[in-house]
Amino acid sequence: MRIAIILLALLLSPLTAFGSGGHVSLENARVDLKDKSSLQRGARYFVNYCMGCHSLQYVRYNRVANDLGIPDDELRENLIFGDAKPGDLMTNALRPEDGEKWFGTQIPDLTLVTRWRSPNWVYTYLKSYYTDDSRPYGVNNLVFPQVGMPHALAPLQGEQIPVMASGHEGGHGGAVDPAHVVGVKLVEPGQLTVKEYDRMVRDITNFLTYVGEPSKLQRQSLGLYVLLFLGLLFLIAYAMKKEFWKDVH
Amino acid sequence: MSLDTAEPTPRGFLGWVDKRFPVVRVWNEHFADYYAPKNMGFWSIFGSLALVVLVIQILSGIWLAMSYKPSATDAFASVEYIMRDVEWGWLLRYIHSTGASFFFILIYMHMFRGLMWGSYKKPRELLWIIGVVMYLAMMATAFFGYLLPWGQMSYWGAQVIVNLFAAVPGVGEDLSVWVRGDYVISDATLNRFYAFHFLLPFLLAGLVFLHIVALHRVGSTNPDGIEIKAGPKGNRWSNKAPADGIPFHPYYTVKDTVGVVVFLAIFSLVVFYAPDFGGLFLEAPNFQPADPLKTPEHIAPVWYFTPYYAMLRAVPPIGGSQFPGVVVMFAAILIMFLLPWLDRSPVRSIRYKGLLSKVFLGGFGVSFVVLAYIGLMPSSDLYTLLAQIFTVVYFAFFLLMPIYTKLEKTKPVPERVPE
Repeated sequence: MRIAIILLALLLSPLTAFGSGGHVSLENARVDLKDKSSLQRGARYFVNYCMGCHSLQYVRYNRVANDLGIPDDELRENLIFGDAKPGDLMTNALRPEDGEKWFGTQIPDLTLVTRWRSPNWVYTYLKSYYTDDSRPYGVNNLVFPQVGMPHALAPLQGEQIPVMASGHEGGHGGAVDPAHVVGVKLVEPGQLTVKEYDRMVRDITNFLTYVGEPSKLQRQSLGLYVLLFLGLLFLIAYAMKKEFWKDVH
Repeated sequence: MSLDTAEPTPRGFLGWVDKRFPVVRVWNEHFADYYAPKNMGFWSIFGSLALVVLVIQILSGIWLAMSYKPSATDAFASVEYIMRDVEWGWLLRYIHSTGASFFFILIYMHMFRGLMWGSYKKPRELLWIIGVVMYLAMMATAFFGYLLPWGQMSYWGAQVIVNLFAAVPGVGEDLSVWVRGDYVISDATLNRFYAFHFLLPFLLAGLVFLHIVALHRVGSTNPDGIEIKAGPKGNRWSNKAPADGIPFHPYYTVKDTVGVVVFLAIFSLVVFYAPDFGGLFLEAPNFQPADPLKTPEHIAPVWYFTPYYAMLRAVPPIGGSQFPGVVVMFAAILIMFLLPWLDRSPVRSIRYKGLLSKVFLGGFGVSFVVLAYIGLMPSSDLYTLLAQIFTVVYFAFFLLMPIYTKLEKTKPVPERVPE
């Protein structure tokens, strides 16, 4: 049996983490899917600040409400805008061709963003905008160089400037070569303190992680029962095998 | 249990059926009266487990097919619909995606067991050949199935593999268009791949039947490679049966039950706690819908194809043509058909073969794992060199076999299975 486990481990050993943050180290988003109040806040932030452009086209409003414990009246008041119904998918009214015209690229749906990037990527991304006047919207991003999206949360976070690698320091405001940006620095505080902004961004990341796989908590709790059942079945099967085989060798 | 008396005629309903269909004879031939060596041990479990996974795949697959839509516009969304809106859809999908990877793990173990025990040697050549055909059918099924989620990796992985056909001199371009049904992977491709993905598992099930019939004709081998049918006769159950054999039922049915339960526990650990398996079973780029205009930075097939993919990349193009690499890649699989005739050793099992056989078999195992790893990685000079070395090691196992199995000194094989 031990040989089998070793062999299995060997066979599976080329586990590769497909990091998508390039050479920038990502911050830990401390995702906690059991933190309902964080998820509820995240849902509210998302519909208020993100959903104007980004849809969650595979997610239904009432599924979110059910899973996160949001009562029906609150759902209708705070999360659903326009004439959408609770059973509808969380799409928006933006036409894809308009998005392309305005931002130079298709606006991605964010249902699965934490699964093809990672929660830590999303968290770090939302914290890594910096001023770069050479870009159409005046901002660039440390983990997503030449990003097409403006910094939607800038009034809340404030203004950050790039920290350049030594030997490449440029002035504040001029054209920035993203290849030499190693960090960001807050120079002009926004409406939120750094701590409040971090919490908000974490809430959004947390919510998007939930949305990426709404059945995750159910999967993990069900798994325990399945394994307990199999453990019990193993005891019986093993006892039976022993009984039958005792006269063979 | 008196199994060696003439088959008693059952009464009642079973008797009615048995007069019209030989239930009792089939049962006896393949279970109660089929004698397997008593020393088969751990490595014998993988065949049974692979059969269990085939059934799991067919059942979960049929239920997935009830909600999946094989169209370029709807496929990706229908998978997310299964994951979110279909009752237990997420479980079905994770079982199916995990099952695909486990199927290959089990089959690779099963095949390696065959190599260690010399299970391909006379009189089991046909049994081995049916097995290799099954491996091909299984790879085709997996390849067709991988396109269905219509994610970025599905799309571009299929694009790369189908483009291989374009490397065939002369007819290549036409051939690849014929396979795709279009000039790029498209809705037409998805539809035909879906049709084949649905059909092939049933062909595979038919091949399983042939595999088992062939196995029961020649009998199971064992870690010592001792032919129990050639040994003395007579055991507790029958005086005509091999002395070292025990009835498959109940001995191996109860034993394999334990193995199945242990396997299901490992399987469940992955399904419930790591269905992505760190991006190996479900690759991160596949959570983005297929976009024919956006090539991902790094395209790699799923892990179970990567040894061959590494070989493909290891062979330098000749005159700008990838064809030599394609030939090497397919040769790596097709050479398995020749194995029964490449092995000239007088003994069957690796236990009684000489040092050379052990070195080459070990080298083969290591090269397969290393090539799988390299195939997952973006190519670099070092990896290309390593891939070339291990491709040579892989082929050396087969091509030099007639020489090293002849040269080496073997140990004497006991007549009876050791206690």
